[in-house]
Amino acid sequence: MSGGSAYAVRLGLQRGWTEFTQSLRAVQDQAGYLVLAALTVGYLWVNRADPVEGTSLLYPTVALPGILAGLVAYSAVFNTAFVLAMEREDGTLLRHRALPSGMRGYVTGQVALQSLNLVPTLLVVLVPSALLFDGAVPGSAGGWLTVGWVLALGLLATLPLGMVLGSVVPDAQKVGLWGLLPLVGVTAISGVFFPVQALWGWVQAVAQLFPVYWIGLGLRSAFLPDAAAAVELGGSWRTGTTVLVLTAWAVASLLAAPVVLRRMTRRQSGSQVAAARDTAGQWIR
Amino acid sequence: MTRNVSEQPVVRVRGLRMTYGTHEVLTGVDLDVHCGEVVCLLGPNGAGKSTTIEVLEGFRLPSAGEVRVLGADPARADDAWRARVGVVLQSWRDHPRWTPRRLLTHLGGFYRPYSTPERPRPHDVDRLLETVGLTDDADRRIATLSGGRRRRLDVAVGLVGRPELLFLDEPTAGFDPEARRDFHDLVHRLSDLEGTSVLLTTHDLGEAERLADRILILAGGRIVADGSADALNRQVAATSEVRWTRHGERFVHATDEPTPFVRRLFEQYGDEVADLEVHRASLEDTYLAMVTRHQSGVRPELVEVAR
Repeated sequence: MSGGSAYAVRLGLQRGWTEFTQSLRAVQDQAGYLVLAALTVGYLWVNRADPVEGTSLLYPTVALPGILAGLVAYSAVFNTAFVLAMEREDGTLLRHRALPSGMRGYVTGQVALQSLNLVPTLLVVLVPSALLFDGAVPGSAGGWLTVGWVLALGLLATLPLGMVLGSVVPDAQKVGLWGLLPLVGVTAISGVFFPVQALWGWVQAVAQLFPVYWIGLGLRSAFLPDAAAAVELGGSWRTGTTVLVLTAWAVASLLAAPVVLRRMTRRQSGSQVAAARDTAGQWIR
Repeated sequence: MTRNVSEQPVVRVRGLRMTYGTHEVLTGVDLDVHCGEVVCLLGPNGAGKSTTIEVLEGFRLPSAGEVRVLGADPARADDAWRARVGVVLQSWRDHPRWTPRRLLTHLGGFYRPYSTPERPRPHDVDRLLETVGLTDDADRRIATLSGGRRRRLDVAVGLVGRPELLFLDEPTAGFDPEARRDFHDLVHRLSDLEGTSVLLTTHDLGEAERLADRILILAGGRIVADGSADALNRQVAATSEVRWTRHGERFVHATDEPTPFVRRLFEQYGDEVADLEVHRASLEDTYLAMVTRHQSGVRPELVEVAR
């Protein structure tokens, strides 16, 4: 890496931090976190007294890790893709294309921002859950260590996918259709709201192809007592397989993302931004 | 200012062609921009002004032709080249939560590794804000800036790396008259004080006339006129329009030699000629005539005008 590129990475990290603090101070984003917390914790609260079959645990305890996995996927894939598609349209990317090593700075900034965004996203659900539901969060340092590596690996596996999605969608309005629908489909079968064991065998097989299930499983291994592993597929936490699958996704998407990003960047031009501006106001097409 | 025109041009384009599907936008553009020169690329909408400038910026690959910008092919140029080129983009709603000062400081940072003793990079942000007239808005959120203020910020972003060559695509679209005048002063200062070469597109003839050392008219996919505003004016002045009435009937005649024509007119009709008017065609008239002729593709010849 040349001096200019290393410098651009530093500027990108600064950019991510700046945008993160701006987001935390923005009423719009604060409202988003509030709604997220209310919906998620509210859902757990309604089901707070339901015992989970095959364990001695209540529903919130068992469901929380899966919900957190869904949030990681939503935040890293959908949010990243949406921001990228928006910033393609409004010229943020083009501005960086006009700078020396600008795209390196931009991508670094996005990775930093979306990783940081995960912190408040998870905290607004974790903190009230810890206060409201007994034994819903890990009690040991070892448990939190597991949470740390599962989240890090999960982020590596999903964030580049968000970058790819944001690069290939035609415009920001299509991120919902191209991104949210498949994402909802995958999370629905990945044990986020109900255990994957309750589904048909072939659905279980499909779910295990995607990272969301494994992030959830990894988090459950940290959040739940070891005895709860008995109800999982294969009757164990399958930690080795979790690492393997998430690493495979991370490698594949980290290889694909730069290629797709470069191709997308080459298409950025002033007239493309102008065209996006002209059509963005046009809702009926 | 003194200028060594014999040195290598900063922009040299030969036979640039651009085809979208079967539609040929550029059919063979040749143009040069010399060091320190301000060149205006003039032409109607859809003539390919933006396409040409995007090829020179390295944002678009040409279908054919030879393009050299600051001695390199923009499509394959490296970061060091990028640091020497400034691009003024039309912003829309990007960076809404940033302030002008913060954004300029951040984007300027990318130029720091390319600073040289002769050309320290980036510009001092406070001075740059003052130069473009944004000092009072320096710490406001960009989302709250008016369209005109936003355009000033665009210009500042294009300048922050102290470019040797600056590209502007319709820079004054959406400017009020005052902002436009400020902007024209700024371009003159850049060219005179910093020796920055400037290539800008516009369809405002008055702007081209006030700013440019040289005007290029792009029509029908190629450069159809190349010369200073004065030279184009002289060439245009050659065509005049004579109007008169006789027995209440109106007549119009276009001629290159109005004086002998009017003499003959009086010789022939004497006192019957009334309401005589002789108009020299304006730059706008010729520009429109030139553009119409070349867009219809009837006579694609180059109008060479001496500087």
